[in-house]
Amino acid sequence: MSKPVSALEGASYQGFAKVEEVGLRGMITIRGDLKSAGMKKAAAAATGLDVPGQREVKLDGDTALAWMSSDELLAMVPYAEVDDRIAAIDKALKGKHYLAVNVSDARAIFRLSGGNAREVIAKLSPVDMSSDAFGLGQIRRTRMAQVPAAFWVDETGAIMVVCFRSVAQYVFDLLKGAAENGNQVGYLN
Amino acid sequence: MLILTCPCCGVTGEETEFHAGGEAHIKRFGPGSDDEQFHSYMFAKENAKGVHFERWRHNNGCGKWFHAARCTTTLEVFGTYSAQTYEPPKEIKDKISARRPGWSWREFA
Repeated sequence: MSKPVSALEGASYQGFAKVEEVGLRGMITIRGDLKSAGMKKAAAAATGLDVPGQREVKLDGDTALAWMSSDELLAMVPYAEVDDRIAAIDKALKGKHYLAVNVSDARAIFRLSGGNAREVIAKLSPVDMSSDAFGLGQIRRTRMAQVPAAFWVDETGAIMVVCFRSVAQYVFDLLKGAAENGNQVGYLN
Repeated sequence: MLILTCPCCGVTGEETEFHAGGEAHIKRFGPGSDDEQFHSYMFAKENAKGVHFERWRHNNGCGKWFHAARCTTTLEVFGTYSAQTYEPPKEIKDKISARRPGWSWREFA
């Protein structure tokens, strides 16, 4: 068995905000009827969290459950536990029409911290990043320059960015460029 | 620039977050149809100056398809609505009537 590594092996950059690749994170795509009782059970079994409402993300440390669309959730769990968690979902949704797939190795995840982290995102995505418009508990799927990405704010005020692994280097370079010292816009705080 | 609201995830975004999917409410004529029907399905498209109905996909977002009613001259968006319908809902038609009295588009008015 080969040793799993994340896309950029923990690359980081310190500009006016800090950009770090977080490393391996277990991720499970779950599709099905989000309003069903089975899905509630599956969510609890996989993450211990409630099914999030529209564009919400439920957080508990490194575990998270995010609303991706009206029939899709993304569960984030410790990397080593993915298979067990999928087994738990399979058990909770047995006989139902659903899908639960391990997508851990298809994704890259970044953490943006520092006072001006919102500004870095605002430069790259067509999203209102003021803290009034986008706050804790919300997730936004959008584009980051030319590639799809999703992000949310965690309890510490840092912004977590998820993208496809194949574009990890591209996204890291984008974030790095946007976070470079001297490139502050100073519009958001 | 168009500002669209995705009826599936509720996000209001600008057009770079979406992808246009061509004219809306086209009835497909496939195997078994005659040449005239297939020709009209395949090639005869509306090229409206004014009120127009289109399909859009929230490709950099929830990934769902939806319908949009908009004006091609002013880029005003009258409304967006579910993809799972054969015709524009009444509330969308009412909104268009309020802004463009006497409008018509294919068989709708």
